[in-house]
Amino acid sequence: MRPSPPLALEVALARGVGALSRRLGAGGGTTIPGALLARLDPEAIDRLAARLPAGTALVSATNGKTTTAAMAAEILRPRWRLAHNAAGANLVSGVAAALLAARDAELGLFEVDEGALPEVLQRVRPRAVCLGNLFRDQLDRYGELERVAARWHEAADELPAEARLVYNADDPRLAAVGAARGGSVAFGLDDPRVARPALQHAADSIYCLRCGAPFAYAAAYVGHLGDYRCPHGHQERPPLEVAARDVTLQGLDRTAFLLATPEGSRRVELALPGLYNVYNAVAAAALARALGAGLEEIASGLERVSAAFGRFERITAGEKRVLLLLIKNPAGANEVVRTLVDGDSPRVLVAALNDEIADGRDVSWIWDVDFEPLLPGLERLVASGSRAAELALRFRYGGLAATAIEVEPELARALDRGLELTPPGGELVVLPTYTALLGLRGVLAARGLVRPYWERR
Amino acid sequence: MTAIRVAHLYPEYLNIYADRGNIAVLARRAEWRGHELRVTPIGLGEPLAPGEYDLVYVGGGQDREQVLVAADLVRKADALHEAVAGGAAVLAVCGGYQLLGRGYRDLQGEDLPGIGLLPLETVAGQRRLIGDALIECELEPGVRRTLAGFENHAGRTRLDPGAEPLGRVLAGFGNDGESGFEGCRAGRVIGTYLHGPLLPRNPWLADTLLAQALAHRLGGEPPQLEPLPDELERLAHEVAAARAYARGGRR
Repeated sequence: MRPSPPLALEVALARGVGALSRRLGAGGGTTIPGALLARLDPEAIDRLAARLPAGTALVSATNGKTTTAAMAAEILRPRWRLAHNAAGANLVSGVAAALLAARDAELGLFEVDEGALPEVLQRVRPRAVCLGNLFRDQLDRYGELERVAARWHEAADELPAEARLVYNADDPRLAAVGAARGGSVAFGLDDPRVARPALQHAADSIYCLRCGAPFAYAAAYVGHLGDYRCPHGHQERPPLEVAARDVTLQGLDRTAFLLATPEGSRRVELALPGLYNVYNAVAAAALARALGAGLEEIASGLERVSAAFGRFERITAGEKRVLLLLIKNPAGANEVVRTLVDGDSPRVLVAALNDEIADGRDVSWIWDVDFEPLLPGLERLVASGSRAAELALRFRYGGLAATAIEVEPELARALDRGLELTPPGGELVVLPTYTALLGLRGVLAARGLVRPYWERR
Repeated sequence: MTAIRVAHLYPEYLNIYADRGNIAVLARRAEWRGHELRVTPIGLGEPLAPGEYDLVYVGGGQDREQVLVAADLVRKADALHEAVAGGAAVLAVCGGYQLLGRGYRDLQGEDLPGIGLLPLETVAGQRRLIGDALIECELEPGVRRTLAGFENHAGRTRLDPGAEPLGRVLAGFGNDGESGFEGCRAGRVIGTYLHGPLLPRNPWLADTLLAQALAHRLGGEPPQLEPLPDELERLAHEVAAARAYARGGRR
């Protein structure tokens, strides 16, 4: 083994590079120092994490990890100084960068990429881990869902005995991971009134892990998440320790629910739309509880939350507004569509599909999204991004008239065209994939309408 | 108006690469020519009546789902062979393609049975072959056309000597990353690894399948279908083809 250089020296060097990167205008520099540190000394991350007096908590999921971690941060910030990768840099390098950036932090709170979770678990030895959900996502990058699930299961089995596992019991694959470990905390939704009438297309994990029979669902909430039971009695949703009940969805603006815990129940008013954000909130609540937060602390923290970077963001552009909603996989995009339709379904839509690694190079997932509920009210689609034509075809074959479709691969021009079609005082809905979102935010930032993401807390 | 009857095998299990996009393309392109696509989902344990379908579609699934359907597909093998002998068309993508061969051997050496509708065998390799792909087909002598798609498979598919591939690889891995062949065809049966899904940016293949299905339905030779504008399709094909050349798998 080669001797490690002094930690303080590495830290200073890596921090300097991050500041330099920002000064040179090379973007946020949110992972550059971390990547450098990981190269200089891979074990430095372990040692930086070990210095945190309150330990580390991790959040991973296919969908909602950034928002869940942001919610947990809001709850926990009054209690501890946090090291938190709020800008969404969630690979090993991003965790390292957040550890570097937060001097004097007491608790590490990190969202972690699904593929990176096993390594991060092993390195930072967390106090608590929140497993949110596993959906079909970027098959070209992560491989099949079952493979990711199996790696998570192995990594969870290796956790130290004192670590608390917090898991979404509504996800059958995660329930199997959670049930295998003593002292783990089950969270989920408990309100059949907001269930889907049927399982969505392209739902995964809907067969019993033991016998392969399709689950019977008493309620299906988001994708395969719900209250399920194997018809042969092999597996059913575990009892929920932390649950959201009596859910109210208020279009594009708010949601409310009763947060039920062993400590008691309290109504939570959330300034975020959609059932998926109720899942994020109950996940953050269960994680915060596992770290010692009380019910009142949790509820008031959740009520302070605004959307995580770009997942849901309203931006004023002159006398019009732009509503940015990230889409990245079928389950997440379906919830975005459902939320839009529950509100005021848009007449003009800009949708932007890129195919970089962070978006998924395989764009076939757009055909698994149920865009159809948007079509009746839609008068004009501006398809954008490097795979604009592919997205246009999705809507065309979904039933949108050819005359209602415009193809404009260039993001800035597509945004301008969308704004042009939006009446004064109106709101333009924009659905970008991840790198298209970064591009659009870049355009908006250049016009002075939004702050660059690395300046946000 | 002709009702074109499609049997969609195991849509609940084999749908991993957006297979319903292929069905949507067939349905619209039939509708735009004044026909109707009637799709019947056929699940585990459900019978397949050989003469009652003009086109059979089989999609791809994750390993777990493939195992669940393989045994059931074997029970439908006779019916499928009979349907094909009667002139029905078949399109199988990815996992479905593998199951149309004689079998699939996984990394542990376990054999999954196929139904022998295509003269080929598949053996799992260590590394998945993932990326954009472009192939050139010559389904009718002298008429060369390309298919652009995305491939993601662990299986290495070897065609029997003399078997006809669907196309030659211009960019990407193809059947096994070595032979330069992609897919397989025998009469009106087509199997391929190309998804993305396959048909939206390759509308000529959708029309070939529809014409064959109409021939089965009405008798006689496959009819000439009325051409459609297909501007978006061409644009999408161009971008996908460029992707395959720029970053498709290297043999």
